[in-house]
Amino acid sequence: MLTVEGLRSRYGRIEVLHGIDLHVDSGEIVTVVGANGAGKTTLLRCLSGVQPVSAGTITFRGEPLTPVPAFKRLARGLAQSPEGRQIFTNLTVEENLRLGAFLYSDDRVEKDMEDAFQMFPILKQKRNLAAGGLSGGQQQMLAMARALMGRPSCLLLDEPSMGLAPIIVQQIFDVVSGLKALGVTVLLVEQNAFGALKIADRGYVMETGQITMQGPAGELIADPRIREAYLGI
Amino acid sequence: MSELLQFLFSGLTVGAVYALVALGFTIIYNASDVVNFAQGEFVMLGGMITWFAHAAGLPLPLAALIAIVATAALGVAINKLAIEPARGAPVVSLIIITIGASVFLQGAAQLVFDKQIHSFPAFSGDTPLRIGGATIQPQSLWVIGGALVVFAGLWLFFTRTLLGRAVLATSNNRLAAQLVGINTNFVMTLSFALSAGIGALAGVLATPITLTAYNVGIGFALKGFAGAMLGGMGNPKGALAGGFLIGLIEALTAGYLSSTYKEAAAFVVILLVLFFMPQGLFGRKSTERV
Repeated sequence: MLTVEGLRSRYGRIEVLHGIDLHVDSGEIVTVVGANGAGKTTLLRCLSGVQPVSAGTITFRGEPLTPVPAFKRLARGLAQSPEGRQIFTNLTVEENLRLGAFLYSDDRVEKDMEDAFQMFPILKQKRNLAAGGLSGGQQQMLAMARALMGRPSCLLLDEPSMGLAPIIVQQIFDVVSGLKALGVTVLLVEQNAFGALKIADRGYVMETGQITMQGPAGELIADPRIREAYLGI
Repeated sequence: MSELLQFLFSGLTVGAVYALVALGFTIIYNASDVVNFAQGEFVMLGGMITWFAHAAGLPLPLAALIAIVATAALGVAINKLAIEPARGAPVVSLIIITIGASVFLQGAAQLVFDKQIHSFPAFSGDTPLRIGGATIQPQSLWVIGGALVVFAGLWLFFTRTLLGRAVLATSNNRLAAQLVGINTNFVMTLSFALSAGIGALAGVLATPITLTAYNVGIGFALKGFAGAMLGGMGNPKGALAGGFLIGLIEALTAGYLSSTYKEAAAFVVILLVLFFMPQGLFGRKSTERV
């Protein structure tokens, strides 16, 4: 579904991605784990089109994605729940969700919103409150729900567990693994390697702008090098 | 009593012009957090282009339409040529760019048109209407009506339409707006076109009363800005109320005290309001957790 080949990206003169190759097949949950500063967020920003690509190709559902501007990528089926949640703080929870389905104005919008409220009941309670007043966990739920309102076939998730209490992290990861049943392919970027690998089918390990290891999530979790470097075991 | 009514009428008339300018500020501010100081120039262009087109022999309604459309196109040009290339710059830099655009437009108007003071006939004649011992010009009703119609339109746009929310979303979080599929460049283009068009409309409606010249823009911009701040920047309700309030304060001060103090009185009230309510009368309190 999503193929990345030789992807390079830079901030000014400093290159931060040195040729990334990865692929995500339809129906999979794939995770990219790595330490802070490895380039994971830059990778996702390249995929969603808000970070310029200096070399390499991105192919999504058989078509090159690089020339497509960021705001047109959701219509192709690629949604992103960005780092730091990036919800619309001055709008209400419901308005945030409605804008998630900005591209649509049919009956399914209502239904999708009900589904989102079912997925995260707390959002229904707060639907008429300004989103800026939500707690960190609720904002993360809103960011994910908003991305799903865009009817993506592939969802890019950037650090959904960042800064959240363990019990909320578990809830978020449960929802992510549940996306499979909804037919949504997931590319999950995480510092929380253990949590991410537990729900993923396959994983990539990223270090300083390069993929250093890859394989089925079960094998990575059992690999002694991973256990030492990322899982603290 | 009839004296008070007379002051109120003139306050409402001037206030409606300020309110229209303030409403123009609202849209660009809502889309980008930028206070567009070229807003007054749009008012000037509305009046000047109408006068020139009318003097060239076009009927007044057509001349007014041309002025509004041409000014809206100029607003789009300013966005494309001056604001968009500087995207990513801090808001303060963008505001300074709009000041530059304002100076440029004023200079250009001086060359393209002339330095004379102009006016064109009022839309519904000059016979004053008598109401309760006071009189009001029919053109005043046009200005007040225009402000109310524009307000209602904007209020519906921002609260009832998805595109209006998309404008608000773009200013709140440009990155997220793109990720949900909003073409943020188009939103900026649209808001400059709307703001400029509304500014030009203010110029068209006000010129038979206030007259126009190449340098009237800055005065309108200051008063409109003050009105928008007083009501709460970004809120159409606030812009309307703030504009009318400033007009009324000015008219009452000029009537009962002295016209020397009318501007001072307006600004003293603004300072007091902002001191106790920094968000303005209708401003949203911003609550944000991180």
